[in-house]
Amino acid sequence: MTFADLLSLAPLLIVTATAVVAMLLVGILRNYAATAMVSIAGLFIATIAAAMMMEGTNQQITPLLIIDQYSLFFTVVVCAAAMFIAIFSYSYFLNLDDDREEFYLLLVVATIGAIVMVSSNHFVSTILGLETLSMALYGMVAYPLHSKESAKYPLEASVKYLVLSAVASGLILFGMALIYAQTGTMAFTNVTNLVAPSTEGLSDNYTIIALLLISAGMAFKLSLAPFHIWTPDVYEGAPLPATAFLATIGKTGMFVVLLRYVEISNALEFSSVVTVFSFIAILSILAGNLLALLQDNLKRILAYSSVAHMGYLLIAIIASYFAVGTISIEAVTFYLLAYVIMSLGAFGVASVASSSENELDSINDYQGLFWRNPWIAAVFTGMLLSLAGIPLTVGFIGKFYIFLAGVESSLFALLIVLVLGSGIGLYYYLRIVYRMLLPVDDAVSASNTSTHIFGSYVVLAILFLLLIVLGVYPAPIMAIIETISAFI
Amino acid sequence: MILVILIAVLFVGGLLAWASERINPEYPRIISLLIVLLDIVLMFSLLGGDSSATWLVDLQTDWLPRFGISFHLAADGLTVLLLLLTGFLGVIAIGSAWGEITERTGFFYFNLLWTLAGVLGVFTALDLFLFFFFWEVMLIPMYFIIAIWGHENKNYAAMKFFIFTQVTGMLMLVSILMLAYSHYGQFGVFSFDYFDLLKVNTSGPLEMVIMLGFFIAFTTKLPSFPFHSWLPDAHSQAPTAGSVILAGVLLKTGAYGLIRFAVPLFPEASMQFAPIAMTLGAISILYCAKVAFAQTDIKRLIAYTSVSHMGFVLLGIYAWNEEALQGAVMTMLAHGLSAAALFMLAGGLQHRIHTRDMSNMSGFWAKVPKMSAVALFFSVAALGMPGLGNFIGEFLVLLGAFKANITITVISSFGLIFASVYSLWVIQKVFHGEYRNIDFDDSHLYDLNRRELIYFGLMMVGLIWMGMYPQSFLDLSQGALEGILASSQIVATAAVTK
Repeated sequence: MTFADLLSLAPLLIVTATAVVAMLLVGILRNYAATAMVSIAGLFIATIAAAMMMEGTNQQITPLLIIDQYSLFFTVVVCAAAMFIAIFSYSYFLNLDDDREEFYLLLVVATIGAIVMVSSNHFVSTILGLETLSMALYGMVAYPLHSKESAKYPLEASVKYLVLSAVASGLILFGMALIYAQTGTMAFTNVTNLVAPSTEGLSDNYTIIALLLISAGMAFKLSLAPFHIWTPDVYEGAPLPATAFLATIGKTGMFVVLLRYVEISNALEFSSVVTVFSFIAILSILAGNLLALLQDNLKRILAYSSVAHMGYLLIAIIASYFAVGTISIEAVTFYLLAYVIMSLGAFGVASVASSSENELDSINDYQGLFWRNPWIAAVFTGMLLSLAGIPLTVGFIGKFYIFLAGVESSLFALLIVLVLGSGIGLYYYLRIVYRMLLPVDDAVSASNTSTHIFGSYVVLAILFLLLIVLGVYPAPIMAIIETISAFI
Repeated sequence: MILVILIAVLFVGGLLAWASERINPEYPRIISLLIVLLDIVLMFSLLGGDSSATWLVDLQTDWLPRFGISFHLAADGLTVLLLLLTGFLGVIAIGSAWGEITERTGFFYFNLLWTLAGVLGVFTALDLFLFFFFWEVMLIPMYFIIAIWGHENKNYAAMKFFIFTQVTGMLMLVSILMLAYSHYGQFGVFSFDYFDLLKVNTSGPLEMVIMLGFFIAFTTKLPSFPFHSWLPDAHSQAPTAGSVILAGVLLKTGAYGLIRFAVPLFPEASMQFAPIAMTLGAISILYCAKVAFAQTDIKRLIAYTSVSHMGFVLLGIYAWNEEALQGAVMTMLAHGLSAAALFMLAGGLQHRIHTRDMSNMSGFWAKVPKMSAVALFFSVAALGMPGLGNFIGEFLVLLGAFKANITITVISSFGLIFASVYSLWVIQKVFHGEYRNIDFDDSHLYDLNRRELIYFGLMMVGLIWMGMYPQSFLDLSQGALEGILASSQIVATAAVTK
């Protein structure tokens, strides 16, 4: 490993250093604000570094990590999102009656895992990144465990996540082992046409089983139906910043791995894999949207809606096999970016309104928000309309990409499901919007005791600006995404 | 550039109106009125240009070059007519909201102006992506208008309105993308531009499927049977100004879409589909007239008559000859005025006596003579009295449709009789007979005030003008419609000879 290699790893190293510095700081001086500052600053520097490196970096560093424009793009997304979540969590945990500093350590460590995942094209780094991310997330989900005030069930959520996550990791590992038995390498490689019928080694059927095991494990992590059962409970039980992290960064990291693996391994050459993926996509879109209709809890609604959104994304992945150009990879990339922006915005609004003792996660808590706090309500409305895919927002352009990819690949059955799902989805997003439009309920507004931190508002403003700008004039980001998608 | 200014003025004006509420809750309505009047003045400047060219103005700049999407706005005679209708009804809507909307005025006028801006965008956009963009943008503020200032069942109505239009809109998006891909397949580049897509040679079942995506989206908005069920709910729950915009302008975007996009882009499929579309039109005319007759809620009744009248528009468009198209355009304009006026009367009544239930109303002529006379005028206009705009429109539609399909036309013309029945029935029920006020509080039942008289007077002048001298409107749209007809007939005859 040369010095140039180390330089390419700068974002990863910066985040790692941040974790170390923050840990030492906690050891020397327990100061909530200082720990938060260090973490936020570290993540900020990493974001800038990754953004500046994007021009012209394209290196395989050890067999494990690929640092190209694509992975750097998502490093930027991951670091920026982690920074935003860190800012949101400051006000959220301000009044927690327990040690608060370690949350930032966990958050930064989880970010390391996510960065490794988006830069991985090797089984080992995938598992390393995935486990680093998940281990830290277990802690984050269970964080307010000792808080007496907390009415939620963080421990239940965490154990549920731990057990199912471990099962999923097991499936992925088993699949990887089978693939390794076939190819003899841990790096992502083409798995099709491996064996001539006469040679030794396992047959194509084993490859298909291996691919399905890996897909099932990944579908667990991405909460794709029918592997989504854990999602609403974990989302609901976890503190809001942890939920936000899980929903945005956790899924982005996993999806980038899925995308790379599917593209490099040509897994979709096997028609049975395509069938299974299509089935998962349809089921996710329908189950996610239909089940969200029945919820009154904001976090559960967002949990089910994320199931549906992952289903939309899977359509673009399936399309990547049939489409000629890079359009479907662009679709995945843009939609992931859009998804991170709008989910962060939605969770951000909720965490600005909440604190660790009093989480406003029932949609009734948002009654009359439009008249109590029009700016926050406008941001929230924007995020929800974007999740529903309404123009003027980034979510619409994302959906446009998915439609485009689907049309190019003639996946009309999936597109019909997408139209249906989006139609159902409108109902529960608008339900929240309508709740905010109702007259102010005095009992609700009195219970709002959260601490207002200026930084959180700045972040919400940035997210809202991104939402609108990328929704109205996405040409520059489209050009970037077109360039980087060539690297997959 | 003038088109961008037209739209931008409304967007900026909306923000201004919203902001001005903090200074004084009276300001938003004044600002909105001035903004819309300014817009109308700007619209008239479009007419001053070179009238021999089909496209009076045409502006195109890159927007999303990756997909060949451009910011392309243009206006021809047809567009200008619809723009003027939008501006005029914008003023009327502000007038009808003037006394009715007292809460959160800033946000109301913001939504009103943004809806109008979206509508202007729809009428002028010639890039299909941009068109779809505006198509959806006009929904959101309309949703807010119904959901915030609506009546007792506003959540249901607003939701239904939004979901119907959005879901069918997405079908249209899929169609647009399929069309753009056909262009990509034939010419090797992406384009969403109207003129490029006109050249795309689709045929067979694919063309039919793509066309249906457009057709469903547009007939949902029009609305036509069987996609009309959102309209009565939206209308009965919307505040008066919302109904005015909805009936007067938003419905016309569906008809406009059919004339501008659905038929010219897919001439062959449309030719095959025409009998079905005309049948749907005829069903809308007769069935919704019948349903209107069964209503007791006065706003629902007017809503169903709207669907019935829009059936004539659908009939005229798919007859696809000059008379019928001219008739469809005239019906759009005249119905815009008459339906808006009727909704304002219904809204005015509701504002005064807090009910829309006709079974409680009787003998209002004695109590509110001016209002009753105005109502009589607009009912008679809506039923197609010669000398008023609606007659010209429906007459031309039937004249043109007779050339295309005699059976359907003959059946549809019974709609005129039904229209007389339900219109006169309403007049007799509500305004004639003996006055009763047992079921409602009539302490606020006062006659039309001067402001209302001015608005109704303006609309009467418009309808009489359309009825007496329709040539002034027909001249404007003639060039545009001839162009559209000619371009599609070349393809259609080519298809026949092939």
